[in-house]
Amino acid sequence: MVQEKQVTLSVNGRSRTGRFPAHRTLLEALRELGHTEVKCGCEKGDCGACAVLVDGKAVDSCLTLVWTAEGRAITTVVGLGNAQSPHPLQKAFAESGAAQCGYCIPGMVIAAKSLLDRNPDPGEEDVRIALSGNLCRCTGYTKIFEAVSTAAAALREEGGVR
Amino acid sequence: MSTTRDDRGSAPNVGYRQIGRPLTRTDAPGKVTGRTLYAGDYSMPGMLHVKIVRADLASARLVRIDVSRARALAGVECILTGADLPDRTAATDIPGQTGRKRLNTDQQILVKERIRYFGEPLALIAAQSRDIAEQAAELVEFDLEPLPGVYDPEEALKPGAPLVSGSGDNVVAEYRIRKGDVDAGFGAADVVVERTYRTPFQEHAFLEPEVGLAWIDENEVVNIRVSTQVIEHFRTIAEAIGVPHNKVRILGALVGGGFGGKEDMTVEIYLALLAQRTRRPVRLEYSREDSFVGHGKRHPFKLTYRTGVTRDGRITALRISAIADSGAYVFLSPYVLLYCAVASPGPYRIDNLDFHGRAVATNNMYTSAFRGFGGMQACAAYEQQMDEVAKVIGMDRIEFRRRNFLRTGESISTGFVPPSAIWTEECVDRAWAALGEPTRVAYPLKIGRGVAAYLQSYGRLTFLHDTSEAWVGVEMDGTVVVRSGVTDIGAGQASALGQIAAEVLGVTLDNVVIYNSDSAVTPLAGTTTATRALYMTGNAAKLAAEAVRKRLAAGAAQELGVAADQVDFGDNRVFVVHEPARSMAMIDLVRACAARGIHRSELAIFRAPFSDPLDPQTGQGQAHPDYVFGAQAVEVAVDVETGEVTVLRSVAAHDVGQCVNRAAVEGQIEGGTQNGQGFALSEEMLYHEGRLLTPSFSEYLMPTSMDMPKVQSIILESRSGVGPFGAKGIGEPALTPVAPAIANAVADAIGVRVFELPMTPERVVRAIQEMERQI
Repeated sequence: MVQEKQVTLSVNGRSRTGRFPAHRTLLEALRELGHTEVKCGCEKGDCGACAVLVDGKAVDSCLTLVWTAEGRAITTVVGLGNAQSPHPLQKAFAESGAAQCGYCIPGMVIAAKSLLDRNPDPGEEDVRIALSGNLCRCTGYTKIFEAVSTAAAALREEGGVR
Repeated sequence: MSTTRDDRGSAPNVGYRQIGRPLTRTDAPGKVTGRTLYAGDYSMPGMLHVKIVRADLASARLVRIDVSRARALAGVECILTGADLPDRTAATDIPGQTGRKRLNTDQQILVKERIRYFGEPLALIAAQSRDIAEQAAELVEFDLEPLPGVYDPEEALKPGAPLVSGSGDNVVAEYRIRKGDVDAGFGAADVVVERTYRTPFQEHAFLEPEVGLAWIDENEVVNIRVSTQVIEHFRTIAEAIGVPHNKVRILGALVGGGFGGKEDMTVEIYLALLAQRTRRPVRLEYSREDSFVGHGKRHPFKLTYRTGVTRDGRITALRISAIADSGAYVFLSPYVLLYCAVASPGPYRIDNLDFHGRAVATNNMYTSAFRGFGGMQACAAYEQQMDEVAKVIGMDRIEFRRRNFLRTGESISTGFVPPSAIWTEECVDRAWAALGEPTRVAYPLKIGRGVAAYLQSYGRLTFLHDTSEAWVGVEMDGTVVVRSGVTDIGAGQASALGQIAAEVLGVTLDNVVIYNSDSAVTPLAGTTTATRALYMTGNAAKLAAEAVRKRLAAGAAQELGVAADQVDFGDNRVFVVHEPARSMAMIDLVRACAARGIHRSELAIFRAPFSDPLDPQTGQGQAHPDYVFGAQAVEVAVDVETGEVTVLRSVAAHDVGQCVNRAAVEGQIEGGTQNGQGFALSEEMLYHEGRLLTPSFSEYLMPTSMDMPKVQSIILESRSGVGPFGAKGIGEPALTPVAPAIANAVADAIGVRVFELPMTPERVVRAIQEMERQI
């Protein structure tokens, strides 16, 4: 019999509980809990579509076992903002046309958030490196780079981290 | 449409309110906030999970399959093998309303006896959880007897080669184009240059793997929510599972990338069969490895170009031989080959042309639609050939092209005269000029530059008699609804329809909602393929909106006391032309019209030009509605010690006819550039006897954020296209010229050509070493 245990996660500031076997990844668990904004692209850590913030750092949730995420603060793209009150990154991604099919975008925005939290004024090379674990097949990254720069400037203007 | 030199590339003031602006697409807010539900994000009570058991040889006979141990596992609800489907086959449909006999493509759904490619499905398992389905898959026992296979299309053409389909020969399609007198043309040539170019398999690599969810509803309709480019596969699915067409409903969702890879059916038939057998909702999501081995690839081509040319740079004859690897099943190979044939001479005036192409069956992965669809492989060859010929006759590469460019009003390979402007020359000049001053580098880097021009069709083959429908209506509060079956695969296909309706009805885009991609409730719009969505469905939406506008204008004329042609719509109001103060809000107009019983909606159909097939002997006639023209220019740095190629600058110039959404057009160009760059440099599917050795993103290397230059888009608008407002299309054209531009730049840098794509470091170094040996 596969061993399961009850795991309580903190997702976007809310407590979420489920029973999961030891081999269940954080990606699978989050999706089982209804967090379909976390996307599955490869389950091997190659594409970054499943990236979430764990204690502020972007990680591939497909490479994280859910048992190890207990008690840690998990943030998905939904936790950053919504259509009525978007995070500057979300606003910039939408307005600059950085989302085409959009499937990579939840992970891409999370990777960008992780970058801007560390470095509020990144150069182009910093942005490239920060997003290098996130594949996009639609955009050629040009508008994604623009969106991250636009958001960084907006955040600096606001004078604070969001 | 005037195409005098003076207005080329300029934008006459046509006063659009919505069209041409870089508006935020209607689908963007949901995508950036994680609220968009893709097909894989839906679940249902009692849902079963599916796993496919696949063959691990490419050419074999299924001797025995035993599912008894798997079936005995707790939680397994249903297992299907080929033996359960004795009469069932699936075809590659030509979705649409053509009445044409479809291709002879019927094939087994699950292996009955003969395995023709690595990964061909042997069994379907439906279980209560994914874990159980995967465990059960491990318990399926099968014995395969290896059979001789053939993995090279040229080998497959030889007498005595193993026959992939089991009978006849391995040629699945053959086309010829014969125009003028090629022998006389070669006789008139001063120089003849013959070169052979090879293009590889390519993986679509959409980030969202194939996924769907099927259930049978209270009306006995099989509903399938699926990630697809083509909801109209419902007919093929119905025939494959033995129910009437009106008992299958396809509900699309926003698609997480398609690129042609979701043009053929993916999971639909498996889900429909299992829903029928289990009477429960069933869900199937491919793993990335499933996706790599489970859907058709881009056709590899071997293209030999023999060009006759005079010393002053006039092409006198062109003979082309093309061999495409069709893989184990036919799918869309005949059409891909036909597109290659039509595009094969490129945007050049070739009076004496002989094209002979064959698509050949092998035991490799089957090949089918991929953005560019034969046209891009042709471009990879004809644009490298243009540089090779220029080099031989000692002429500047662009000057040589200039002496042979097709001009507006001239005919292409099939004798057809495109109805739109041909601005290739402007595109080449603009893209090349935008490269600016060459980048300075030091050894071991060398700089090279390349350019490639192209023609690429938009709209489907005209002998398919393509149509598309859209419905536009105005609600009682003045907001607008668009309904159309078109699928949105990420390019903003749905949002563009909204912009068109908004333009015609004078409302802002935030007052428009678009319902799309549901075969039961949205009017059928055809496929999102072939760079046709904007052209076909955009025209349909425009027709529908114009009909509604005409009726509302009549009502407004009465309300405002003027003639109907004195009424205009804008900013959610209706007003008198030249007297904008005399106006009323859309909401008041709609209420007044409703009170008088004025019909506030319209269902419109747009018909592409209908033609006969091309002449089977000469290939002459009309193949497509129209063509797009443009160019790509790149600068690369090549490390001559390691063979590594870095693209430093990439400039695209396309005449898109008319932008509907400028940001979306740029997005297509930037993404097409990325796809073409991967095709040129890094994306390599390695097969050994049909077995894919690179089934992951850590082995199959797409350009990342570290590899892509910032792409510069130069958008020209001739307003001469056959799409709405003079639009052409950009989905496929954006990709077409990229790889040959890079190939030409690499050859420029190192002084020798790499005749086989992708130009991996190994191939580049080998080419340099080969050249040095010969010196």
